[in-house]
Amino acid sequence: MADQRAKSVLLDIRNLRIEATVFPPGEPPKNIVLVHDVSLTLEKGKVLGLIGESGAGKSTIGLSSMGYGRGGVRITGGEVILNGRDILKGGKEGFRKLRGREVCYVAQSAAAAFNPAHRLMDQVVEATLLHGTATRAAAEKRAVALFKKLSLPNPESIGERFPHQVSGGQLQRVMTAMALCSEPDLIVFDEPTTALDVTTQIDVLAAIKDAIRDTHVAALYITHDLAVVAQVSDEIMVLRHGRLVEWGGTRQIIKEPRQEYTNALVSVHEIEHQEQKPGTTPFLSVKNITAAYGRSHIKVLKNVSVDIYPGQTLAVVGESGSGKSTLARAVTGLLPPEQGTVTFDGRPLANRLADRPKEDLRQLQMIYQMADVAMNPRQTVGTIIGRPLEFYFGLRGRQRDARVAELLDKIEMGKGFVDRYPAELSGGQKQRVCIARSLAAKPKLIICDEVTSALDPLVAHGILKLLLELQKEENVAYLFITHDLATVKSIADSIAVMYRGEVVRYGAKSQVLAPPFDDYTDLLLSSVPEMEIGWLEKAIKGRRMASAGN
Amino acid sequence: MSSPIVKLVAQRIALGILLLLAVSVLIFAGTQILPGDVAQAILGQSATPESLANLREQLGLNDPAFIRYFRWLGGVVTGDLGTAMSSGQDIATSIKGRLWNTLFLAFWAAVVAVPLAIILGLIAVRYRNGWVDKLISGLALASTSFPEFFIGYVLVYFFAVKYQIFPGISTVYDGMPFGERMQAIMLPAAALTLVVLAHMMRMTRAAILNVMQSAYVETAELKGLSAFAVIRRHAFPNAIAPIINVVMLNLAYLIVGVVVVEVIFVYPGMGQYLVDHVTKRDVPVVQAVGLIFAAVYISLNIVADIAAIVANPRLRHPK
Repeated sequence: MADQRAKSVLLDIRNLRIEATVFPPGEPPKNIVLVHDVSLTLEKGKVLGLIGESGAGKSTIGLSSMGYGRGGVRITGGEVILNGRDILKGGKEGFRKLRGREVCYVAQSAAAAFNPAHRLMDQVVEATLLHGTATRAAAEKRAVALFKKLSLPNPESIGERFPHQVSGGQLQRVMTAMALCSEPDLIVFDEPTTALDVTTQIDVLAAIKDAIRDTHVAALYITHDLAVVAQVSDEIMVLRHGRLVEWGGTRQIIKEPRQEYTNALVSVHEIEHQEQKPGTTPFLSVKNITAAYGRSHIKVLKNVSVDIYPGQTLAVVGESGSGKSTLARAVTGLLPPEQGTVTFDGRPLANRLADRPKEDLRQLQMIYQMADVAMNPRQTVGTIIGRPLEFYFGLRGRQRDARVAELLDKIEMGKGFVDRYPAELSGGQKQRVCIARSLAAKPKLIICDEVTSALDPLVAHGILKLLLELQKEENVAYLFITHDLATVKSIADSIAVMYRGEVVRYGAKSQVLAPPFDDYTDLLLSSVPEMEIGWLEKAIKGRRMASAGN
Repeated sequence: MSSPIVKLVAQRIALGILLLLAVSVLIFAGTQILPGDVAQAILGQSATPESLANLREQLGLNDPAFIRYFRWLGGVVTGDLGTAMSSGQDIATSIKGRLWNTLFLAFWAAVVAVPLAIILGLIAVRYRNGWVDKLISGLALASTSFPEFFIGYVLVYFFAVKYQIFPGISTVYDGMPFGERMQAIMLPAAALTLVVLAHMMRMTRAAILNVMQSAYVETAELKGLSAFAVIRRHAFPNAIAPIINVVMLNLAYLIVGVVVVEVIFVYPGMGQYLVDHVTKRDVPVVQAVGLIFAAVYISLNIVADIAAIVANPRLRHPK
């Protein structure tokens, strides 16, 4: 029995240790350990999900099966046994022979991973031709068959296109075809659907799953989304800070997690927020706004109207290109609308940012998706938070410092951070500082543009809880822009669903999320991965409308 | 060819022509500001006021500046560059042979320098931060840092004086056999190559290194391509636009900037012609040569722009 299992083992990683040299500014280079003694085995034709937050070492482990380390990353201990031989002993030449032949890689952003200068077909068959496993004609035939299997449109001719001529969801499938084309034993999927819209993700996920099943290829499926990995993998390995937390069958991990950390990952989406009834009068009303970029005739917003009530959250949800962020730009005056008005406290706001008085600017603050580029890297946290205090309230010296300390307390960080620079903060801390900066102005409304999208689930959870608490304390309203319905469910009081520049559904949360649904809302809701085995098949079957973005 | 490319290319050419017109105004205005005028120059210090006035009348120098400008421009457009004051010869005729000589020298310098620079750039990227890279960068930088006249004289000292392989004076004449002509330009071509090599090589290296950070380079590495294949097939095609730009700048320099090298090797090209006539204060010749240099510079840069546009797959194959 044990012998039989040994024969069917494809990849056997033993006590893997991976290190990197980092160069912190102003300090001597440091050695850090990214992966501590991780071991795993993968049988032929099976899928192992690697899951964890950023910095958990999942991609690093995945790439080690190809003998590859990004940047200064190097494998310093252990064995990586593939098809019965330790690949770490093969040297550079050995790596080159196995890459693209025994092991292939599917990257997170296919849009960036395809070379813009070459046609798709040339890139898809490149590895096959390089390793001489098939003639060009045979490889191209195989590629077309794979395009068909992955339900790509025009499978015969799509290979003639250049990457920029194909959508993101399609590119991700072409990349999967590229990995399958050389008939490898193992494919490393590195967050293959993370960059896609939720409605596109479901199709790509289904295509990848079918392809894995039909070709009997084994896979390491790397993601931070447990619900996604539950759909495709046989086993799941949970990693944290480069160490193994828990490894087990998919059902066991999502139903009976043994470790506390896994449990936290499984239950991360559950935030309780009682919906508030809309007040009598909204303080901010968007009326029939139509907007376009430049002199273009393509309307990014079409006749959009929404209301925001004091101390409440309006969530705007939709996929990329639906106009959510443009709505925020119109409200803030960054993009003056062509038609329509924004009313604030019963009077119209100036269309253009430059025409708005300081007091209006103070009342509307923003928090962005990328906290690290929204802060000046050469200013300390104290300066960053203190700036609006000086600008809007003229606070100086001790008064200002006291208020900064108070704000730091509010975001649960404390005075100790006053002299830190953004580079010294974690992703979640950076976003907290941005929240403090916006609160410093004592605004009536904070516009949150995908503020949790770049964060790990547990960190995002903390940020959402903080935002809800601050809302209670400060009575601030949020215009919360997101593509993530789980977030919407947990924090919104009312919801606007946007699709191609229009609000297709709008109302109190309980109404919007209750059937009967319009086709688009149905698609959106049914596309959110649920932590349940077999959800994917059910969801695909039950759909009434095909997603647009693939 | 698809319409966005045609439109962009047409725009570039139109801009180039406009720029050339602006430069012609500058050249004309610049020579007008100089003290004295053609009449003064022709008749010399001892001219009487009457004879000056007569000559000015005769040459049309009393007309307003813009009329003289358009008269000059009209001549240039129809191929009449005027007459050299110092020799009384037709400028267009004397320039023709010299421009040909300069282009001949620049062409052979470019034939050596451009591929060499790009290949050295590729090699430097392949062995980046290793000793090969440092050696290439160091030598290239050294050759650029020495002034051209110094390189020229070093070459003359070794190859013409000490070993007497090539002539130290690059005299060429009409009807000279190709082989002899090549031998004559060997040293100036070598000097020019050394001068422009480093700039092109370093920009090639930088442009490719920039692309080497891309995700698609990682994809190529993970397909098992050899380091050199990754650079050649995946990095280089995406670095072409900046490389073409720097190559064109250097080609322009080969033609416009040869003045010093031509003087050192007494090569009968445009540079030497220009220097001769600047010392004689022969304004019409300086104007003509200046305009030709500007035209060469602008058209090579237009070529670079167009090549960069054509090299962009997004423009070549619109959605």
